Amino acid sequence: MAAKLILSMDGVVLKEYPLSKERMTIGRKAHNDIVIDNLAVSGEHAAIITIQHDSFLEDLDSTNGLEVNGVATKKHFLQNNDLVEIGKYKLKYVNDQAGQVSPADFEKTMVLRAPVKEAAPGAEKGDATAGFMKMQVTPNAKPAAEAIEKTGKFDAHQPNPAVASPVVPQVVQPAVAASAPQAAVVQILTGPNAGKELELVKNLTTLGKPGVQVAVLTRRPHGYFITHVEGVNHPMVNGMSLGDQPHQLNDHDVIELAGVKMEFYFKG
Amino acid sequence: MKIEDALEIVSQTNPGMVRSHNEDSVAQELACGLVVLADGMGGYNAGEVASGIAVSVVATEVCQHLQDASPTDRDEASGEELGVALLRDNIQRANASIFHAAQSQPQYAGMGTTIVAGLFYDNRVVVGHVGDSRMYRLRGEVLETITRDHSLLQEQIDGGMISVEDARVSKNKNLVTRAVGIDAEVVPEIHVHDALVGDIYLLCSDGLNDMVEDEDIQSTLYAMQGNLPLAAEQLIQMANDNGGRDNVSVMLVKVNGKFAAPRGWLAKLLHWFKK
Repeated sequence: MAAKLILSMDGVVLKEYPLSKERMTIGRKAHNDIVIDNLAVSGEHAAIITIQHDSFLEDLDSTNGLEVNGVATKKHFLQNNDLVEIGKYKLKYVNDQAGQVSPADFEKTMVLRAPVKEAAPGAEKGDATAGFMKMQVTPNAKPAAEAIEKTGKFDAHQPNPAVASPVVPQVVQPAVAASAPQAAVVQILTGPNAGKELELVKNLTTLGKPGVQVAVLTRRPHGYFITHVEGVNHPMVNGMSLGDQPHQLNDHDVIELAGVKMEFYFKG
Repeated sequence: MKIEDALEIVSQTNPGMVRSHNEDSVAQELACGLVVLADGMGGYNAGEVASGIAVSVVATEVCQHLQDASPTDRDEASGEELGVALLRDNIQRANASIFHAAQSQPQYAGMGTTIVAGLFYDNRVVVGHVGDSRMYRLRGEVLETITRDHSLLQEQIDGGMISVEDARVSKNKNLVTRAVGIDAEVVPEIHVHDALVGDIYLLCSDGLNDMVEDEDIQSTLYAMQGNLPLAAEQLIQMANDNGGRDNVSVMLVKVNGKFAAPRGWLAKLLHWFKK
C-alpha cells in the first residue's frame, strides 16, 4: 500500500489521497492533485515527491507557507504520522510500509535497474530512476584527491550531531538506545587521578594508551565487558589476571591496569 | 619492505542474527597485496554463488597476472598502470561470469553482487568497487569512507534531495544502482590512494555500516589498532548486538611498513632472470 495524505479541517476528515504519483501538487487551482479551495492557499502551494518508499514535501514559494508538526518549513522529509498544516487545513502523512513487510525482506539489497535503452525517452514510470541511472554511465575520470574530498569526512573530535543522536528509531535503525544496559561508572582509586569518575556513556571506552597498553570497556545489551587489547601485562579484575576473552563486569569489581586501580559500579 | 611483511590482513564474516545463510564472500591474497569482499543477492543460494564467483575470479586472476609482472608496469591495452587495469578488467570479468551463469541456469536468474577490492603496491592502494560495500580508512584518529556507495540514497544525498541525517531514517536503504552480474557490462569505480604507515583499511558489507554508527567503528578501530583480530571480532559483535539483520563481513588491512615497488637496474635484471 502506498503512503497517503489525509486531509482534514477542524478535526473533520475531508478526503484521503494515496501518494500514487512521483510528484503530486497541493494548491488552490483546479489542476493540482490535491485541491484545497481556500484563499489562504496559493495557486500552487506545495509539492510532494515520492521516490520508492520515501516522500518529500516542498513549499512552492507559497504566500502563506506551511508547517510540519508545528514548525514552519520549506522542505521536509516526511515521516509516518507527520502533520502538515496549510492555513486551517491539516494533512496527515501515513506511511506504515515498514509494518507490512517483514524486516528480513525489507533489508534485502535490491538492484535498481535502468529501463532498457531502447525505451522511448520519458516513458511512463521509472522517470526518476532513469534520471538517477544516468549518473551511472559517467566515466570515472575524477582524480583520487577529488574523490576523497567528496566522500564525507568524519572527524573523531567533532562527531556529527546526526551520528551521535539517531532520530526516532526505525525498523532499520540500530536499536542502540533501546538495548543499552543500565548506566555505569568507573572510578579511579589510586594514582594521580584518584577520585576521578569516568562515565561509560559510549559503546566502547578505552583505558590505557594505544601502542603501549590498552584495555577496552564495551557496553553490550546484556552488560559491560572488559577486554585486553594490547600490551605485555593483562589487566586484573578482583586480583585475577584476564585472559584474551572479554570478561563481564559485575557491580563493584576492581580493575587494575598498569598499576592503577579502579572500581566499576552501576549508577542509580 | 616486502609486501608480506608490510601488511597485516584479518578478515571475518558472519551470517548475522536473522539470516540463515551467508551471502557474503571474502578473499585475501597477502603475497600480491589483494583483498576482496562481495555481498551477493538473489534467491535461494544464488547470492552466495554470485559473491563467490566475484571474489574468486578477482583474487585468482589478479594474483596470477602479478606472478610475472609488476603492478607498476604499463598495461599495453589501456595505457594505464597494470594494477589499475587488472582490478578494473577482472571486476568486469567477474561480471561477465556471473551474468552468463545467471543467463544459462534458471535457478541463478537475476543474481548479482556488490564488490569492493583493494590492491596494495608501491605505497599505494588501488580501490575498486561496485554497489554499496564500502572501504573506510582510519588515519590517525580520523575515519573516512573512501568509497562512495552506488545507491539510490547516496545519489539523493549528492543531489541535495536529502540530508545525511535524514538518510539515516530513509526507507530506501539497500537499493543499489550498480551491481556486478546484473547486466552484460558494468563500470567499476576505481581510485588510487596513497597508503601511509599506520593506516588501517576496513572493507565491509552493508551489514556493518547499517547496524553500527561510524562513531563506534572509529572508536573500535582506534582503540584496537594493536590487535586486529579482536577489532574485527568487536565490529561483528556490535553489528549483531544491534540486531544483526544482515550478513556482516569485515576485512582489516593495517600498513605496518613501507612497501615501495622495487626499482632500478638490479630489480629489472632480477626480474628478467625470474622470467
